[in-house]
Amino acid sequence: MDVILLAVAIMTGLGLFFAIVLTVSYRYLKVEEDPRVDAVEAKLPATNCGACGQAGCRAFAEKLVAGELSPSQCTVSSPDAIDEIAELLGVSAGEADKRVARVHCAGGLAEARTIAAYDGFDTCGAAAVVSAGGKACSWGCLGLGDCAAACTFDALHMNVNGLPVVDVDKCTACGDCVVACPRNLIDIEPLSADVLVQCSAPLAGDDAREVCAVACDACGRCAQDAPEGLIRMENNLPVVDFEAGPMGPRPTLRCPTGAIVWLRDGRQFPVIDVPALRRNHG
Amino acid sequence: MQRLPGSGTFSHGVHPDEHKEATEGLPIERMPFVSRFVLPLSQHIGAPCRPVVRPNQRVRRGQLVAEPGGFVSTALHSPVTGRVVGIGPRRHPNGQLVQAIEIEADPLDPQDMPDQSFGDPLTMPVPELIDLVQRGGMVGLGGAAFPSHVKYKLPEGRSARWLVLNGCECEPFLTCDHRVMVEHPDRVLRGIQIVGRLLGVEEAVIGVELNKPDAIEALRHAIEDAGDLVVPTRVQGVKVKYPQGAEKMLIKALFDVEVPAGKLPLDVGMVVNNVGTMAAVADWFDHGRPLVERVITVSGPGVRRPANLLVPIGTPIRAVLEYCDALGPDVQEIVMGGPMMGQPVASLDAPVLKGTSGLLVFTESRDQAMRACIKCGRCLEACAYNLNPSRLGRLARAGRIEEMERYHLMDCMECGACTWACPSRIPLVQLFRSAKGNLRKIKAAAK
Repeated sequence: MDVILLAVAIMTGLGLFFAIVLTVSYRYLKVEEDPRVDAVEAKLPATNCGACGQAGCRAFAEKLVAGELSPSQCTVSSPDAIDEIAELLGVSAGEADKRVARVHCAGGLAEARTIAAYDGFDTCGAAAVVSAGGKACSWGCLGLGDCAAACTFDALHMNVNGLPVVDVDKCTACGDCVVACPRNLIDIEPLSADVLVQCSAPLAGDDAREVCAVACDACGRCAQDAPEGLIRMENNLPVVDFEAGPMGPRPTLRCPTGAIVWLRDGRQFPVIDVPALRRNHG
Repeated sequence: MQRLPGSGTFSHGVHPDEHKEATEGLPIERMPFVSRFVLPLSQHIGAPCRPVVRPNQRVRRGQLVAEPGGFVSTALHSPVTGRVVGIGPRRHPNGQLVQAIEIEADPLDPQDMPDQSFGDPLTMPVPELIDLVQRGGMVGLGGAAFPSHVKYKLPEGRSARWLVLNGCECEPFLTCDHRVMVEHPDRVLRGIQIVGRLLGVEEAVIGVELNKPDAIEALRHAIEDAGDLVVPTRVQGVKVKYPQGAEKMLIKALFDVEVPAGKLPLDVGMVVNNVGTMAAVADWFDHGRPLVERVITVSGPGVRRPANLLVPIGTPIRAVLEYCDALGPDVQEIVMGGPMMGQPVASLDAPVLKGTSGLLVFTESRDQAMRACIKCGRCLEACAYNLNPSRLGRLARAGRIEEMERYHLMDCMECGACTWACPSRIPLVQLFRSAKGNLRKIKAAAK
């Protein structure tokens, strides 16, 4: 009987002791945190994609509450969600250009010449280390879809021509595809930039046309036709100052190969109608 | 002489079929000059060379056409007397377009190279010797093509006790080093004396796999005939196993010393060189012939006339294969180098490079279908570096590149033993090479 009482007494004593410790710590050691951080985080998409440049959605929420960033810098949230956050914090949503991933190569199966057959593990990364995957161009898209596999927003798909097509509505500019591409063909540009160079081969003249039908042959006409200084030739390729905003189709009109294009509706490659293609090829 | 402490082999490794019988008995044969030569400016590890010739300029065989682009870089010489037809993008054997000098041979020229001398290499000051090695365009001829003079310039305060010569040639099919050792043991020995004196080593050891008894015999004779040597040299047989020719494995087999991960042989007082490189060094110092030609093995089931060829560097692969009657309709795959570490050739217009040890032609298409890892552990038994290829492979396929570093991805030498051992045909080395590239990219981005 004594033993049981003793055990009960010890357990009760321990319980009381820890209750006191916990109460004291709760009262005196607590960390003050702005309750708005939780509220803001709840409204963020919780993808932790890093497109805003922060370590994750919580880190972004903390910076928002601290007033260091503006809500529109989250490229994943819908405009409604951003307005809600702005309202909650009593700040303006801020202006942020929508940015999307752009592919600097248009040499698909139909356009780029192949010199060898690649028969092996089907990722671009693996193909790139074995004899450059067989395409004649050493800089072009390998077409095995590492970028599409890396995209967590279902915004990047390979088309039947073996080129990645970015769904600009879904793209959040998180940059995962930029890292995934072993040829460094993808970068993040403002959606408003309407002139795009779709070639990355630093070749000129016949050397360029020999490897790919849509290669830039460094003729420089686009640079001449663009408003002063907005396109310059560098390393046999045009470099577009895309921060300058829309430029219109003029610089692209005299391009002999179609390596520089004007994006009428912000979409890079035309959507190929697969049934139509099948009809054409019997 | 004291016995070396090594057991003659290392742990792990694999035993692929040797396939050397087609060419190991064939004497080295000189390949005739063709009409066009392509010299990529980057045939070695390090900075590309800078051209010092202009299009249309006449060049002599052995004339400098591109100078080193830095310390870790080397010189490039014309393999032929003729005319520079262009400098621009040309195909590298790996399929990439790279900057190269194209030279058209003069069909009427006798193509001889006059002897020249720089003085006695055994008494010349060391810095001058190192500079000359670079001016001779010397690179390791084992396959990696690392500029030799970089290896010879020991960092301040470091010294080498041993010069280890790699005559293992553990890659199946290849017999070019074997033939050089059998036919030119005196040149190999002369190169060893020059390089050994340069490094100030106590002794040189030539490690040769025991499947080449004639090479061991020839080298021992050459050493006996030479009598008093500046650098005492001995030949040591090592057991036949792949990758015995990896420098860390060779050191383990000869000296029972392990070079720690991430360290170089110099950290244990050794410098390892290929035997072919020694012969090239001897030619340069004794006759003034820079590295303009090398011995390659042309073999494989698709070659009707296998050979050990002395080929001018820059000769198009197509010409070499036509010469050996290897371009039949049944050709499936052409590999530059050995079958374990070699690279598939993506273009026949690409040239033979300084680092090309062989051209292999295969007629059968291998079953490439990859199956799931059955966790049999054969890759672990194969890996001479004690890595876990199975785990690394799974991480690579899951895209967990940063985690791979903790499993010592960077210690992988890409010898191919794990891929060879894998019953599920998982292209492990390919995955690792790709992952290494990604890892470097991630680290560069983090900086």
